[in-house]
Amino acid sequence: MKLFWQRFLGNPRVIIGLAWLAMVVFVALFANVLAPRDPFSIVAVPFIRPSGAYWLGTDSLGRDVLAGLMHGARTTLLIAVFATLAAVAFGTLVGAIAGYYGGNIDDVLMRLTEFFQTIPSFLFAIVLIAVLSPSAMNLVIAISVVSWPPITRVVRGEVLSVKSREFVQAAIVAGQRDSAILLTQVLPNTLSPLIVTGSLLVATAILVESALSFLGLGAPNQMSWGFMIGAGRSFLRDAWWLVTVPGIAILLTVLAINLVGEGLNDALNPRLADL
Amino acid sequence: MGGTALASYIVRRLLQTIPVILGVVILNFLLLQLAPGDLATVLAGEAGGAPKEYIDQLRQRFGQDQPVHVQLFNYLRNLLVLDLGYSFRQSAPVLELLLKRLGPTLLLMGTTLVVSLLIGVVMGLLAALWVKTWKDHLISVAAIIFYATPLFWIGLMLILVFSIKLDWLPTSGMEDVVAFNEGFARVVDIGRHLVLPTVTLSMFYLALYARLMRASMLEQRGLDYVTTARAKGLTERQIITRHVFRNALLPVVTMAGIQFGSLLGGSVVVESVFAWPGLGQLAYQSLFARDFNLLLGIFFLSACLVVIVNLVVDVIYVLLDPRIRVG
Amino acid sequence: MSAHILAIENLTVALPAWSDRKHAVSNVSISIGTKEILCIVGESGSGKSIMGKAILGLLPKPHVRATGGRIVFERRDLLGLPEDEMRKLRGGRIAMIFQEPMTALNPLMKVGRQIDEVLEVHTDLKPHKRKARVLALINDVRLPDPERIVNSYPHQLSGGQRQRIVIAMALALEPALIIADEPTTALDVTTQAQILHLMKELQRAHGTSILFITHDFGVVAEIADRVAVMRHGEIVEAGSADDVLRNPQADYTKALIAAVPGLKPRLKDAEAARPLLVVRDLEKTYVTAGGFGGAPRRVTAVNKVSLELGRQSSLALVGESGSGKSTLARCIIGLEVPEGGEILLDGARISGLTRNQLRPYRRDIQMIFQDPFASLNPRQRIGNIIALGPMIQGVSREQAIAEARELLSLVGLKPEAADRYPHEFSGGQRQRIGIARALAVKPKLIVADEPVSALDVSVQKQVLELLNDLRHKFGLSMLFITHDLRVAATVCEDIAIMQRGVIVEHGPTAKIFANPEHPYTRSLLDAVPGKEWINALP
Repeated sequence: MKLFWQRFLGNPRVIIGLAWLAMVVFVALFANVLAPRDPFSIVAVPFIRPSGAYWLGTDSLGRDVLAGLMHGARTTLLIAVFATLAAVAFGTLVGAIAGYYGGNIDDVLMRLTEFFQTIPSFLFAIVLIAVLSPSAMNLVIAISVVSWPPITRVVRGEVLSVKSREFVQAAIVAGQRDSAILLTQVLPNTLSPLIVTGSLLVATAILVESALSFLGLGAPNQMSWGFMIGAGRSFLRDAWWLVTVPGIAILLTVLAINLVGEGLNDALNPRLADL
Repeated sequence: MGGTALASYIVRRLLQTIPVILGVVILNFLLLQLAPGDLATVLAGEAGGAPKEYIDQLRQRFGQDQPVHVQLFNYLRNLLVLDLGYSFRQSAPVLELLLKRLGPTLLLMGTTLVVSLLIGVVMGLLAALWVKTWKDHLISVAAIIFYATPLFWIGLMLILVFSIKLDWLPTSGMEDVVAFNEGFARVVDIGRHLVLPTVTLSMFYLALYARLMRASMLEQRGLDYVTTARAKGLTERQIITRHVFRNALLPVVTMAGIQFGSLLGGSVVVESVFAWPGLGQLAYQSLFARDFNLLLGIFFLSACLVVIVNLVVDVIYVLLDPRIRVG
Repeated sequence: MSAHILAIENLTVALPAWSDRKHAVSNVSISIGTKEILCIVGESGSGKSIMGKAILGLLPKPHVRATGGRIVFERRDLLGLPEDEMRKLRGGRIAMIFQEPMTALNPLMKVGRQIDEVLEVHTDLKPHKRKARVLALINDVRLPDPERIVNSYPHQLSGGQRQRIVIAMALALEPALIIADEPTTALDVTTQAQILHLMKELQRAHGTSILFITHDFGVVAEIADRVAVMRHGEIVEAGSADDVLRNPQADYTKALIAAVPGLKPRLKDAEAARPLLVVRDLEKTYVTAGGFGGAPRRVTAVNKVSLELGRQSSLALVGESGSGKSTLARCIIGLEVPEGGEILLDGARISGLTRNQLRPYRRDIQMIFQDPFASLNPRQRIGNIIALGPMIQGVSREQAIAEARELLSLVGLKPEAADRYPHEFSGGQRQRIGIARALAVKPKLIVADEPVSALDVSVQKQVLELLNDLRHKFGLSMLFITHDLRVAATVCEDIAIMQRGVIVEHGPTAKIFANPEHPYTRSLLDAVPGKEWINALP
């Protein structure tokens, strides 16, 4: 365990990623304090370039871009994290059942997983939101519905490999019940790849949420990074910062999560890191 | 393996695609059930646009007063004869609209697939050859940044730089319609329009393939058969080109198949950024016209495309990996 | 001088900083004569493989490297040789054979082409000449139908056939020296005997020298002209095969040879009255999905097998891989569901029961597993692992843990081990923990599935002795699954020989050894490496 933290925190990429993430999370948590006004409220004339009064300028309606960015962090992170949690919960359940019970149950569940992996997932998310109508809740649903298959595959693969190990057979021979074996013997040993995949999934969820918001399918009346880019794209020629700034925010946040996720992976599977 | 074995494999794989297609149809039907209003109004595009007679006709055709499974059966039957309905928003049959938009999307997909696979594989190969040197780090950093970049944003940034500031490439569309180019000039024109959307869409995937190829190369290089090859007196270059490369390529091929669905999804964003007249843009338009019939038609066609591409990938895989043949 | 083909002088190979030792090989000097088979024997971690790799410059760079000494081959020091020159030697004057024929060949390339590559990189032969040579080589290693073999992929060949391909590859250019790193360890015993025979024959025919790395003294007795025994990176004893095998000088060599399981059959104590375990007409078939276009394949793993096991007696189930011995054991322990036949434990039918119905019988029948690294949950404390069985049978947690501590001292570990995690123990210690776990519910019957095959020979001996002690102390019966007749003979009074799902011969060990009736039993006995030498041991 000590070795894990050494390897994890000794990695400069992880430190950079964690630092940026800490800042984004802080801003998201205290957006109301840092920028008390409604981010949709008009504070000045439109199209002020980034300057002393408005660090990141104002948009086409005269709204403060910095305030939008702070509140957007909250929306984007919340939706991404909840969507990931839902996807991980569902994916783990399906993967664990498929891997542990095998046979026909496995066949049916994996066909289903393959099906959801085959269909164009982003398009499916669009259709889903179009049908359900855009809202934060429906975004979470749509993103998690298209994100769970990889989790299922990882968990199933791990469960299959752990299950074939002799300590699980020893538990069967000892007479332990299936549910207890799954919970005490199998799942604890699948945790590390699950944590890695889950953390990387947050990054994907942010990208999907931003793309949906960019297309105008985001949560209405809630500022988000994708929405800001979508709103600013018509003014690309004259007000470049409207698109550039939130885009960089997305890029850096996704990058930071990927760095931390990979650091986790390297720290949990040191064999690969030595390559 | 003889040609007949391959043919029988393809037939079997084709049969396996039937449940997937059926699944998509059922999913479409379920989505329609989820939408507010009955099947006919939803299909016709809810806020008007369709004449009352058409809605009544639809109601009758799906058997609105029949139980759900009968409705599903009717819906299935219609789709299976490729009767995708009529879009009143666009005043054209859905199938006709889709086929018109299919070409541009396939063009964009094709170039993206080729560009991202070629560059990604080469980048991954080079990074693995230069492992732990500054060149490897440079490639890895580039890949991880590309991997984190939102498609729609990089598209807009490319427009900002290459179209607006530098004025090198066109901002949108597939060709300059007022120029009435013909022959080679038209090909060049379309090519120029194709550059930015392809680059935009390729970035994420080439990063993905580069990372996978690097990891796969490094993994293969640690395997026993490489030691055997070394003990035979082969040069490192011969070991890479004859032995490691082909083995390392297999997971990339698999991944390219898996990712095709997401590539199509990405085209919605990219096509709407670049006003590329393909299926993605049509999806974007139908989304805001609340033209569900058209939207679901696009979804259905895209899923069919993915299934076909996966089939092709599987066949390529069989040709690359002799172990599959015995099963 | 001319008598030596290769001389290793004061060779030292350094390990990376994070390893538990500084040197994999330290200050080793040894030489190989022309037309000689030199065996390097040692247990895992002795540095024998690293030394073999160092000769050809195949050490895993950059962490492991030779830091001192010389390796002189044909008047040149291989350690100082430029990479280009080294490459010309590899596969040319010096060839190598590896342990794992499954992975030593490129899965995507036809084996003929893989042999051909050696000729291609080292000679200027025209393609048709090379093809003729490849066919001749395949013929040399006694593979049937060379024309078909050259066009096969590795997965289409058996393990033994693949190893023959690797040997053909090594012989391609008539090398002066072949380094063979445990070339038969991954093979079944009868295949091993064939490959050893082939290597010896080819070595005589071509006048090649062989550096043969192995952990098995039986193999040494079979093939070696000279022997060097390695331990912790040093050579503890070297000499002619006869001297070292029959008159070992170093204590370590003596201990290793003493640990080699003999072929002295264990004798029956007394005839048991009512049998504890009865298996009747047991059947188990696996159905695997066929390749594409093919129908599903049915593999009969266990085909109408019947056997009996008396109280306080032990039966060894011996067979090669694929014989169905493990499947039979797994059916008996309830890890697999047989399709036909029945299993009676102490008169009660335990086949056909559900997992829940089987639970009460778990206190009577327990299992010891093969892989000490996979058989203990890495995330649980030893005490909890051992206490699990008794707790399921209704023993309180405190009592179960207290008993676990006692059991640990019984199997030769400290009671405090109960509070620690599996990764803190060695393979042998873990296997002792596995035994303690099996004993925790005080069973009447223990099924042991290859319990010592993953262990070094000296550790193997200790574990076998422990099992034997405990068996008598607890009055246990034991069903012992093994591929190794030598181990079977040391542990069990009775032997059942299994081949392709059928028990071909069953009877007292002594009788079967003295007078094997079935041809397969005879071939197994003949294949035991170094049997004359083992029989001659005191």
